[in-house]
Amino acid sequence: MKKHVINAIVENQPGVLAHVAGMFAARGYNIDSLVVGRTEDPDLSRMTIVVKGDDPILEQVRKQLEKLVTTVRVRDFKNVDYVERDLLLIRVHARADKRPEIVALADLFRGRIVDVSRSSVMIELSGTEDKLEAFIDLVRPYGISELARTGLIAMPRGKTSADRDE
Amino acid sequence: MSTSNATFAPAGPTGSEIHWNVLEDEGVAFVFGYPVAAVVPILDQLHLRHRRGRETLVNRMAAVPSYVACRTTPNERNRSMTDNAKNKPSSLAGKNGSEILHHVLKEEAVDTLFGYPGGAVLPIMDELYDSPIQFVLTRHEQGACHMADGYARSTGKVGCCLATSGPGATNLVTGLLTAMMDSIPMVAITGQVPSSLIGNDAFQEADTTGVTRPVTKHNVLVKDVNNLGRVVREAFHIARSGRPGPVLVDIAKDATVNIPDGEPDLNIGLPGYKPRGGRGNERQVKLAAETINAAERPVLYVGGGAILSGASEALRAVAHKGGIPTTTTLLGMGAFDETDPLSLRMLGMHGTAYANYAVQTSDCLISVGARFDDRVTGELGMFAPNATIIHIDIDPSSISKNVTVGIPLVGDAAAILEQMLPHIEEKPRQAWHQQIDEWKQTYPLSWTPGEEGRIKPQQVIETLGKMTDHDAIVATGVGQHQMWAAQFYGWTRPRQMLTSGGLGTMGYGVPSAIGAQFGNPGKLVVDIDGDGSYTMTMVEVITAVRYQQPVKFIVLDNDYLGMVRQWQQLFYDRRYSAVDHPCPDFCTIAKGYGAESIRIEHADEVDDGIQQAIKSDGPFVLHVRVEKEENVFPMVAAGKALDEMIHSELI
Repeated sequence: MKKHVINAIVENQPGVLAHVAGMFAARGYNIDSLVVGRTEDPDLSRMTIVVKGDDPILEQVRKQLEKLVTTVRVRDFKNVDYVERDLLLIRVHARADKRPEIVALADLFRGRIVDVSRSSVMIELSGTEDKLEAFIDLVRPYGISELARTGLIAMPRGKTSADRDE
Repeated sequence: MSTSNATFAPAGPTGSEIHWNVLEDEGVAFVFGYPVAAVVPILDQLHLRHRRGRETLVNRMAAVPSYVACRTTPNERNRSMTDNAKNKPSSLAGKNGSEILHHVLKEEAVDTLFGYPGGAVLPIMDELYDSPIQFVLTRHEQGACHMADGYARSTGKVGCCLATSGPGATNLVTGLLTAMMDSIPMVAITGQVPSSLIGNDAFQEADTTGVTRPVTKHNVLVKDVNNLGRVVREAFHIARSGRPGPVLVDIAKDATVNIPDGEPDLNIGLPGYKPRGGRGNERQVKLAAETINAAERPVLYVGGGAILSGASEALRAVAHKGGIPTTTTLLGMGAFDETDPLSLRMLGMHGTAYANYAVQTSDCLISVGARFDDRVTGELGMFAPNATIIHIDIDPSSISKNVTVGIPLVGDAAAILEQMLPHIEEKPRQAWHQQIDEWKQTYPLSWTPGEEGRIKPQQVIETLGKMTDHDAIVATGVGQHQMWAAQFYGWTRPRQMLTSGGLGTMGYGVPSAIGAQFGNPGKLVVDIDGDGSYTMTMVEVITAVRYQQPVKFIVLDNDYLGMVRQWQQLFYDRRYSAVDHPCPDFCTIAKGYGAESIRIEHADEVDDGIQQAIKSDGPFVLHVRVEKEENVFPMVAAGKALDEMIHSELI
């Protein structure tokens, strides 16, 4: 089962999320993550959906999404070069003696310390899902007290001149 | 233009023509009046229009003596009312929500509204009090929804129903999904508690858009009167375009009494809605035609989409030119005339043996507006193993959903078949036809007469087919009788069979037949029902009586829930669990509703019983006591390939 990233531009209206989520539930598709946010157009929102499944499933998901009346545009990133980002907030147990190690780790991953208390630090980190997973694994031995992730957002890369020639 | 006794021909339309044109544009359903000399030209026009194929209420005129009742039929489906609205100076400023709703319904050419009132729709009901739209009060909201469905299936227009908030809305659910599964255009309007109370668990509050989201093509909650008119127009547009379906508009009570700021906007928005339709990709169409031409054993497999798109003519032309045997699904019955030698009748679980053998042997299967439902394909992995599959469908998500398609063609079935026709080569395909004829002779659809004069249900349906010239509009419930109706009536034209195929809704027959009668005044409408299905919705017989809709209800009563019993007999060792279904005296009940009714129990009474029903002027319930343990054959058991049929009783 492969991971697929799909972008859906939808109307920014009440009930739209219910239409999309309901369709996924009714058709039995598994959503890894679903992120909704505004776009440059106040009437439209962008949903970034990560689903797992083989190619025929992805094809059906895309078609069923397109079929929803409130969905304006659907794009799957199967054959597209794209940038993906996930944002992580994580609070790690960090007594004074361990703190420098954790800060160093965060630095390595280009994370930022956003909160410090006597017994813990909170780190903000963004990147691909793999990068966040790797970081989480590394700090796990210190003890994770809380963790929150936004889920994946993604956008295709701008076309290079080489692409345009094709 | 008729100017028979005029000395000069007027340059434009006459006043009478304009008169009817305007009424038609306004969606006027009935005109009550009294004929005197001054209106003869108007009546003359009415008569002319009738002769030009427009429907009028000949029957209803007879039922209302000394009044002239007429009904204009606005243009058929896909009619966008945009032109209408554009040309008309708007007059909606200062009108409240109910008035705007009423205005849009008239614009959308709604002539009959099936429904049930309640608190949340009181302002709407008040607006409908003196409306030209006929409001048909049903006895249950499910009945209203199925009536709108039967009306839509038989006429091709958008069916329209109305219910109040809470239980009124939830009672629509079965009817909405029935329409959804079979792609029937419908607009359902429901009342909702005032917007200030939404979410408060108010009296008769239900999250209607939440409940109906999976059973509609689209649904919208309107809280702001400024959006009301636009949303309702969008609902009609969505319901009838692309792959049709039911759309629900839930209207908060305050939006039906508030007045919008200034002129309400009625322009359709829907930036994301791009229904498919029209012609297919030319290269794909050619490729498909070449594949068909190269095939030795092609089969056309035709579903409800062919009827929705009006593809029968084009289908007949393609089938005849290419010499292609044609089978239809349950929803496709009538899309291809069964008296045509190329017809294989129905395929699938209870399809003919020759249709199923043909599909399984075929090297090229051309699906027209069908969706490879599991009742059609049998075990998917073994379906049409040798065939290249060509799939014509208006809904891209139907393509390769169940089977992998060789050549997809997305668009309108009629348009694509017309596009394909010139590329199809005339081919005799003698060996193929000979093979099929052999199958037809070896495995015909058949039944044996009942012992001791007992009535076989197949006999009733076959007789009905003959006596009605295979031309009646026939609704059914769901179960054995539905399959026998599909097998033995003898379907000749589209929009003739009204049946719940996708959802399999028992109780669909009675109300859908009544809805069809409203849409087809003067036509013979019959409901072939089973005792189980009939019992579920027989209360609507009183609706037929009250509105003088002369539907004939034929109840095939075997005191069993027959289809379930058949499965229990064949696969559960005759352990008849909860299928024993003793019936009440249907005749007495029907008479209590005010309908005529008789009961027949012997095979030699069948002809006469059906004759009496057909000949009667009003609604008629023919209660037929039939053989108790008759089974539907052929049958493909669940999980079996289409050609692994049980042909008849094994004993």
